[in-house]
Amino acid sequence: MKKALVFGISALALTLAGPQAIAAKAKKIKIGFVTTLSGGPGVIGKDMRNSVQIALDHLGGKMGGIPVEVIFEDDQVKPEVGKQKTEKLLHKDKVDIVSGFIWSHVVLASRNSVVKAGKFLIISNAGTSKIAGRLCHKNIFSTSWQNDQVPMAMGEVLNKRGVKSLYVVAPNYAAGRDMVAGVERTFKGKILGKDLTKWPTQLDFSAELAKARASKADGVFIFYPGRATNAFMRQYAQAGLTKTPLYSVFSVDSLSLPKLQQAKLQNVLGTYSTQFWSPDLDTPVNKKFVADYRKKFGSYPSHYGAQSYDSIMLIDSAVRAVGGDLKKMDAMRAAFRKADYGSVRGKYVYGNNHFPIQDFYLREVVKDSDGKWTTKIVQKVYSNHQDVYAKKCKMKKTW
Amino acid sequence: MVDPALLFEQLFNGVQYGILLFLLAAGLTLVFGIMDMMNLAHGSLYMMGAYIAATVTLAADSFLLGIAVALPATLILGVVLEVIVLRRLYDRGHLDQVLATFGMILFFNELVRLIWGPEGIEVPLPTILNQSLTLFTIPLPIYRIVVIAVGLLVAAFLYFLVVKTRTGMLIRAGASNREMIGALGIDIKRVFTLVFGLGAALAALAGVMAGPIFAATIGMGEHILIQVLVVIVIGGIGSIRGAFVGALLIGVIEILGRSFLDDLFKLFMPVNAAETAAPAVASMLIYILMAGVLFFRPQGLFPARSG
Repeated sequence: MKKALVFGISALALTLAGPQAIAAKAKKIKIGFVTTLSGGPGVIGKDMRNSVQIALDHLGGKMGGIPVEVIFEDDQVKPEVGKQKTEKLLHKDKVDIVSGFIWSHVVLASRNSVVKAGKFLIISNAGTSKIAGRLCHKNIFSTSWQNDQVPMAMGEVLNKRGVKSLYVVAPNYAAGRDMVAGVERTFKGKILGKDLTKWPTQLDFSAELAKARASKADGVFIFYPGRATNAFMRQYAQAGLTKTPLYSVFSVDSLSLPKLQQAKLQNVLGTYSTQFWSPDLDTPVNKKFVADYRKKFGSYPSHYGAQSYDSIMLIDSAVRAVGGDLKKMDAMRAAFRKADYGSVRGKYVYGNNHFPIQDFYLREVVKDSDGKWTTKIVQKVYSNHQDVYAKKCKMKKTW
Repeated sequence: MVDPALLFEQLFNGVQYGILLFLLAAGLTLVFGIMDMMNLAHGSLYMMGAYIAATVTLAADSFLLGIAVALPATLILGVVLEVIVLRRLYDRGHLDQVLATFGMILFFNELVRLIWGPEGIEVPLPTILNQSLTLFTIPLPIYRIVVIAVGLLVAAFLYFLVVKTRTGMLIRAGASNREMIGALGIDIKRVFTLVFGLGAALAALAGVMAGPIFAATIGMGEHILIQVLVVIVIGGIGSIRGAFVGALLIGVIEILGRSFLDDLFKLFMPVNAAETAAPAVASMLIYILMAGVLFFRPQGLFPARSG
């Protein structure tokens, strides 16, 4: 704390110190933002890019008085492409900071390039257990969560609601297995059946739904991100499972809801999901972010967007702390660690692994005053929750 | 023990999935068998059918109108494609055809992205079709019953067309010996265009039927096309009957594998191992079947071509 303060003061002093400091100050801040812009998942990238735009609007296009340029790259959901684009950003565009990343496997492939180049990596979504644990690094920060936390929160919700038995369906890939492990870790009832489906090709869930119904479980837990959400939801309705409550993570969000409403899938209304954020989360920053986003783009932002907005704001806080002298890595790191910026989720702190220690909420799908479907916070599930992998990270918390 | 009601329901699901594969396989097997043309863009026609139907359904609020517009529109698209692009490829090797039609997949995917955006379209169904019907305590989704009915009608229509009509005779003749039918003075080009248009319309029908289950999305054709190719290989290239039997076989095996393999594995494996092994093996089953068929009957179950 004291050290950070000293850094802060000296940084401030430097900005006032005349010609020498001005020379150190960057002329332009370049941020490389890796996301997915093509194909179906391009919807997520679009939401992230829009949210970065809102953040830049709020900052007046400047961080600490220096103009900012954000360069977006498309990873096509492929690790090798993501790595290649990251290298391009680092060595051709010579960006100062790398941010973005939706997918765990893409960020894992790209991580080393950023670390080797000695730059900061601010992850806006991917919550892989590896980077939260063994592969944590002093220059890597997350503005999202660790994968397991969200299904763990859902497990707690199920316990509280008296759900005794559960049927679990999720895709058979890294994140899918993380989600299942997460809910299994906290859910105390009986898991009557579990199906891991082929990802991403399998969009027919008739066999799994028939088994879920035959199991007579109290509830069904799913994780189906992207376009699979809609296919699953609609088949859930068609299979006559509407009386069995559905609990989801990372499936029902601001990106899928307009589509689900378009398909008139009434059974989605009233379903529950857990998340660290919701468009109606009552913080001044979030209200402004959501209102401005809706004004500019006509729809609700998603959590992907909220996290991207936070990434830009977090970077801004560090740039201001060093007065625009991006060579001061230690001072910037100290500023990142403080998380002293207006986050959409309100104040949070960083754990030793540079992942947020934060609150998680239960959200319900409701109609807003205009009749649009959105999520509303029902209750807080976790306060200041830290992921379980932080223990595996060798960094010590000194801030 | 396996619950008989669940088994019946899963068989129903398998048949329904098989019917969807059949609608796609029927068109593709004709094109492949008769024209000796490897058309990977068949999946793109499926996608176009789904998108056109979705757009019309949303605009006019009528699913039936969606079907009524999508089928002829895709048929015309197919014919235009045949005349402009594919005709030039008949005399080339299969590799050229694969390359060119693969290029068309990319073209159509980008086209759809430009017109409809990357999100995909949800197709709303009339409420009545979005429910399930209880038959002897087993709830069956009404829409899937409709899909089966449509598939059986198409199968009956194709049987009639191929076996009972003059056009069908030409198609069969084309499938068994292309050169001979040309030598007999039949305008084989016209038969080709007709067959291709028919195949396109069938693909569109499959797309329309799939829309309300999976939603219309970019690249929806590629995933399913792989299974359709397996169907054709198993059924015998160029044979409608083979496509029908092969599709049902694949559909039922795929669904039953996903349903019961984990329970089966749990009989002789630790639970954890069974849970990870079962989905992996289930997704391989149809390929194992294909390998078996290729080994014992390399020409498929119902070969159309005599030599």
